[in-house]
Amino acid sequence: MQVDRREFFKILSAGAVTMSSISTVQARTATALPPDAEGVLYDATLCIGCKSCEVACKRNNSMPMDHDSYEKDLGVDGVWDAPKDLNAKTLNKIQVYRNGKANTRNQEVDGFSFVRRACMHCADPDCASACPTTAFTKDEKTGIVAWDKDRCCGCRYCQIACPYNIPKFEYDKAIPLVHKCEMCSHVQAEGGIPGCAEFCPTGATIHGKFTDILEEAKRRIALQEGAEYPYPVSSLKGVFRRTSDKDGSFIQDEPQDNSFIQRRPVAKYIDYIYGQSESGGAQYLMLSAVPFEKLGLPKPGFSSAAARSENISHTLYKGMIAPIALLGGLVFAAHRSSKSLESEGEVDHE
Amino acid sequence: MSETYAPLGGKLWTKPFSILFTLAVVGIALMGYRFLFGIGAVTNLNDGYPWGLWIVYDILVATGLACGGYAMAILVYAFNRGQYHPLIRPALLASVFGYTLAAFAIVIDTGRYWNLINIFLPGTSNIGSSWMVEVAISISSYIVVLWIELSPVMLEKWNKTKLRRAVHRSMFVVVAFGLLFPTLHQSSLGGLMIVAGNKLSPLWQTDWLPALFLLSAISMGFAVVVFEAIFSATVLKRPYEQKMLSKLAWTIPYLLGAFLVLRWVTLLANNGLSDLAFNAKGIMFVIENLLFIYPLIVLLSKANREKLTQLFYASISILLAGAVYRFDAFLVGFDPGGGFVYFPAVAEILITVGIISIELVAYLFFVKRFPVLPVLKDA
Ligand code: SF4
Ligand code: SF4
Ligand code: SF4
Repeated sequence: MQVDRREFFKILSAGAVTMSSISTVQARTATALPPDAEGVLYDATLCIGCKSCEVACKRNNSMPMDHDSYEKDLGVDGVWDAPKDLNAKTLNKIQVYRNGKANTRNQEVDGFSFVRRACMHCADPDCASACPTTAFTKDEKTGIVAWDKDRCCGCRYCQIACPYNIPKFEYDKAIPLVHKCEMCSHVQAEGGIPGCAEFCPTGATIHGKFTDILEEAKRRIALQEGAEYPYPVSSLKGVFRRTSDKDGSFIQDEPQDNSFIQRRPVAKYIDYIYGQSESGGAQYLMLSAVPFEKLGLPKPGFSSAAARSENISHTLYKGMIAPIALLGGLVFAAHRSSKSLESEGEVDHE
Repeated sequence: MSETYAPLGGKLWTKPFSILFTLAVVGIALMGYRFLFGIGAVTNLNDGYPWGLWIVYDILVATGLACGGYAMAILVYAFNRGQYHPLIRPALLASVFGYTLAAFAIVIDTGRYWNLINIFLPGTSNIGSSWMVEVAISISSYIVVLWIELSPVMLEKWNKTKLRRAVHRSMFVVVAFGLLFPTLHQSSLGGLMIVAGNKLSPLWQTDWLPALFLLSAISMGFAVVVFEAIFSATVLKRPYEQKMLSKLAWTIPYLLGAFLVLRWVTLLANNGLSDLAFNAKGIMFVIENLLFIYPLIVLLSKANREKLTQLFYASISILLAGAVYRFDAFLVGFDPGGGFVYFPAVAEILITVGIISIELVAYLFFVKRFPVLPVLKDA
C-alpha cells in the first residue's frame, strides 16, 4: 500500500509539472485599441456644471428622472432630476469638488471643480472579463463596451469587477436590467455623436476618434497657463446638430466655419491625462486643474485586474491539460483504493 | 469487519424538527417575495456591494462546510486510508445537501436567473476568462457526482440490487470526478476576487487566492467531519468514534500550517500589512488569524488529539476560521469606495436561515429514513 501511495504522488507531480509548464505560455496582455476607436474627452477646467450633458444623456437613452431617497421620502419623484450619483436611472453624472470658501474655479484650496462620471470604455474592460455570460462586449471597430440583456444572468460580477463602479443594477425590479453608458452607440450608428458631447455648451465634453482625442489632451496639458486656446465644442470634427427632433437625422457643420470654436484662457492643468493608462487604459479621458483623487476618481493601477485574473485562470485551465492530468491520477488512485477496500472486506459485497 | 448501514428510525416530528421546518417555511415565503419584487425588496445589496450574505454564506461558506465528503474522499481514495471509510456516508450526505442548496441560492441571488444557461452554452459562455464560469460548471457537475455517490443509499433502501451493482462497479470513476471538481471550484471561488483588484484590501488580495481557498476548504472539510461525528454522537446518543477521529486529526495541523505559511508569505510579499489599522478590517484580520492558529497549536499535540473536547473545540475554531476568512475576503476587506455601505437586511438573513433549515430538515429526514449511518457492533 505504501508503494501505491508513492505512485500516486508521482502522478500528482506529473500533473504539477504540466501546470508549471503551462504558466510559461505567453502571458495575456490587453489588446491594442482598434484604429477607429471612438473617444470622449472631458476637460474639467471648462465645465460649468450646467448638467446639459445629464439632460441629453437621459433624452438619448430614454431614462426616467430620478431623486435620492431624501426627496423620494418626501413624495417627490419624476418632477426634476437630481440624483447624487450614477445609478440604474443615471448613466452620466456631474459631481462637484468643494474646498474651503470654494470661490475659485479650478483651484484645489478654497476652490471648486466639477467632474463628469460615466463609463470609461476601458481598453481591457474588467466587466467583460468577469462576466460569465459575455453580456459585456467590446466592439471590435469602435471599442465601445456594451451590455446585452439577452445574455446577462444578473450575477453582478461586473459590479464587483469594474474599478470605477460603473455598471448599475435594478435592485428594485423583479426583472432587473444592468445600465451603463454605451457611448450613445445607437446615436453614433445614425451619424450622430454622444449626447453629452453634442449638448455640452462649453466644450468640456467633446467627442472624436480616440487617437485625435488623446492628441488633443496631450496638446492641452502642454499649454501655458493663461494663454488663449481655441477650444472646440461638441466634436473635434465639427458641430453635430439634430436637424429636427422629428426626423432624427443629423447634419454636420463643416469645421471651416469656426462656429464650434471657443477661444478661452488656459487653466493650470495637472500634467496628467486620467484614463490614458488607468486599468490598462480607457477611451474616456479626463483633464483637470484639481488633483484627480480630489475629484473622487479611483486609482485602479495601470494594468487591468482582468489581465491578472485571466493569466492565472489560463495558467490553471489552458487546454484543460492540468485538470485532465489530475483527473487521470485520481481515477487511478480511486480504482486502486476501491479494490483494496473490497479485498479487505471493508465494503460490503453484494 | 464488513460495514453495514441502517436508517436511524425514530420519530420524525421532534421539537427541533418542527422549529427548523417553520424557519424553512418562513425562508421560502420570503424567497417568493424576492421573486415578485426584486432582490432589493429583501436585501440591503447595492451597486457598491453587489454581493452580500447570500453569496458569502450560502455559497462560499456553505460549500466550504460541505467539503466533508471531499476531504474524506481525499483520505480514503487518494491516500488509500480505508479505515476511515465509515465516516464517508454521513459526510457525503451533508455535502449533497450543502451543495444542492448552494446551487439553489445562486438562482435566488441572480437577477436574471433564466439566463443562467448562457454560462454553459458555447456561444455565450465566457469560459477561460471568467472564474465564475469555472465555478458554475464545476459546482453543477459536482452536484451530479454527489447524488450518484449517494445513490447506493437510496438504491439499498429501494432494493434495486442490479442497478446498485452497476453503480458500484463504476464508482471509482465517479469518485475520481468527486475529487476533481471540488479541487477546481474551491480554488476558482477564491479566484473570483482577483478581478476586484484594489477594491479588495491588500490584507486579502493576492494572486494566490485560489490556493488559499482550496487549502482552507480542505481544512474545513476535515473539521466538519470531526465536528459532525462528535455532535451527532452526542445528540443522537450514539457511541463516539473517538479513535478514528483522533487519527484523522493528524492531517489538520499540516493543512493549517500550509495555509498560514502561504497566507503570510503572500501577505508580506504584497506589503499587505500596510493596510492593517484599528478598524473593522484590522479586527477581523486578527480574529481570523487567531482562529487559524489556535487549532494548529492544539492539534499538534497527540495528547490533545485524543481528547474529544479538544478535538471538538479545535474543529469549531477551524470552521469559524474558514467562514471568517471567506467573509473577510469577499465582504469585510471589500471596499468599492464612493460611500457605499452594506449590512444584511432582516429578510436577507431570514432567507439564509431558511436555506440552512431546509438543509438540516433534509439531513434529519434522510438519516432517520435511509441507511446512512454505520451500524456499530461493539456499541
Ligand atoms: S469603466 Fe467599468 S463598466 Fe466601463 S468598460 Fe471599464 S470596467 Fe467596464
Ligand atoms: S450581471 Fe449580467 S452583465 Fe454583469 S457580470 Fe453578471 S451576467 Fe454579466
Ligand atoms: S455617451 Fe451617451 S450614454 Fe454615455 S454619458 Fe454621454 S450621453 Fe450618456
